[in-house]
Amino acid sequence: MKSSPPAGRAESSGPVASWWLLGPGLLWMGLLFVVPLSLVLVISFAERGTYGGIVWSLSLTNYLDLLHPLYAHILGQSILLAAVTTMLCLIMGFPLAYYIARAAPGRQGMLLLLVMIPFWTNFLVRTYAWMFILRTEGLLNTLLLKLGVIAAPIELLYSNTAVVIGLVYGYLPFMVLPLFVALEQVDRTLVEAAWDLYATRWVILRRIIVPLARPGIMAGCLLVFIPSLGAFLTPDLLGGARSMMVGNLIQHEFLVARDWPLGAAISCLLMLFVMGMMRWLLHAAKPVSRQEDAS
Amino acid sequence: MVDQSASIDIASLVKRHGTTLAVDHVSLTVPRGEFFSLLGPSGAGKTSLLRMIAGFETPDEGTIRIDGRSMEAVPPNRRPVNLVFQSYALFPHMTVAENVAFGPTMQGVPRADIASRVRLALDMVKLSSKEERLPSQLSGGEQQRVALARALVNRPTVLLLDEPLSALDQQLRQEMQVELKSIQARAACTFVCVTHHQEEALTMSDRVAVMHQGRVLQVGSPQDLYESPGSAFVARFIGVSNELRGVVRRIDGERAIVQSPECVGEIQIVLPMHLAIQAGSPVTLLIRPERLRLSTAAQGLSGEQSLAASVDKVLYSGSDRRYLVRLGEHVVWNVRVPNDESGRNGLVPGDHLSVRWQISDAVVLSE
Repeated sequence: MKSSPPAGRAESSGPVASWWLLGPGLLWMGLLFVVPLSLVLVISFAERGTYGGIVWSLSLTNYLDLLHPLYAHILGQSILLAAVTTMLCLIMGFPLAYYIARAAPGRQGMLLLLVMIPFWTNFLVRTYAWMFILRTEGLLNTLLLKLGVIAAPIELLYSNTAVVIGLVYGYLPFMVLPLFVALEQVDRTLVEAAWDLYATRWVILRRIIVPLARPGIMAGCLLVFIPSLGAFLTPDLLGGARSMMVGNLIQHEFLVARDWPLGAAISCLLMLFVMGMMRWLLHAAKPVSRQEDAS
Repeated sequence: MVDQSASIDIASLVKRHGTTLAVDHVSLTVPRGEFFSLLGPSGAGKTSLLRMIAGFETPDEGTIRIDGRSMEAVPPNRRPVNLVFQSYALFPHMTVAENVAFGPTMQGVPRADIASRVRLALDMVKLSSKEERLPSQLSGGEQQRVALARALVNRPTVLLLDEPLSALDQQLRQEMQVELKSIQARAACTFVCVTHHQEEALTMSDRVAVMHQGRVLQVGSPQDLYESPGSAFVARFIGVSNELRGVVRRIDGERAIVQSPECVGEIQIVLPMHLAIQAGSPVTLLIRPERLRLSTAAQGLSGEQSLAASVDKVLYSGSDRRYLVRLGEHVVWNVRVPNDESGRNGLVPGDHLSVRWQISDAVVLSE
């Protein structure tokens, strides 16, 4: 008899307590994320004043302006660069993550540490370092000239190639880490079982390892693609004026052209695109979660 | 010499793990269609041996022939053997049917044939109704059947089983022992099974190899191993065994008299033909608990040996009683008496009696 009332109280207060736990987080996100984001959304329907101010109105002018081929070109180029970056990260990150996942436990920690070492230094500083490497009189060209591989310096800096190099360098760890987690969970005996059942190495990779690591592949691709798409610093420093990405365009509209409404409209479009893509990806990932659905 | 009727022919196989010999000069021949078990405690080298047959490990010395063909430098996916893994290793993202179809698909069996072979294999393990399930939706016993079907569907020359029943509960394990045996008969395939469970090995196998520290100690039928163990290790590992150390005093034709410092009295033994035993040789006697008889009568039956003892403990286990009887200060024997006579209930700890056995039931090992 004595033990039942506390038990009952604990049960009834359980859900209430959990709401309180959400409080601080909700407050922070509400004030600093939802409110500013709503402002961006509202501003995207306003119009630009003659001297750069905001004229409050409800028009689709900004969105119609975005149909201009110039903007479509920048958005398309951004998607292309982000996609190429994601592919390169996947191609380089998968073998690396597999190697780490199959390494002895002691070595594993050390290798993961090596993957994360770049984070110890500021991203801006590291991007400047790439400028020194890629410059016409930079490290890479000097080396190649001395070795006699090239006769004249190649123009690497301020090109799409430089942007992709910088993005791949910056986001490779974001691909490797989720891939490592997924690959480490793939049971080694499944690989042996497939081998025993006459599968070649290539088939084992395609039919056993990749399907089982799919959640990690998806997560890695999203973690690389989304920040690459909105990248600002890397294309600004390595791409220069020649290779503009959406992030630079937004920055340009807000700070240089002082056209806040247009900048807001581009931001909203970008977010809409990313959300749509995530929905599509999650849908495409469905076959993996079949297991949960069916049971 | 290569035995053409052998499924597996292993000659002086050696595998080193660091400085220790995981497999120490093992030679074995398994005839076609036999249910062969590798029995031993963990670390005996039986799994290493199995993995070398499957091709996952490379021997340091010696040869493995399967169907007369040398397996040197042949990778697992080119060997005519299939392995049933201890953890089953079913592909979690494929249905039961897809799992079973994996092997034939990889071998390039025509599509139509694959379907019928998958059906046949699933019929054999009585799982036809669950083709479309995922492994996670099956019970442990069902998963094991899928693992069996997935291996058998390839019609391997040899089916390798790594501790096949260890993940199952006691009752299911006993059912599957019978089931495995009948599946083997139906599939007409050589089975090589690794187990540390002696009862499992005895029930299922045609022949058993007892392994210890990388060596094969004895190969024989379950009956051979139980009735005439070649060493104390084999006797202890297979079933319960009572032991007594002694020295041969006199030899009298086919018989001899042994005296033990551990108990009072002379013991008559039948001299084993294959051992060179002389007066003065140290020997160990082994007698199974169920071959012993407890008696309070003064006179034994003819051909019987008798030793004085006292009852230490009585353990009741339903179908029979186990008595722990003391023959000397350091010698306590197990006696198993079937619980078929209500009149036998009278013995209590402290009773003095004699332990008797047929002289021919004692196994003699020379030290």
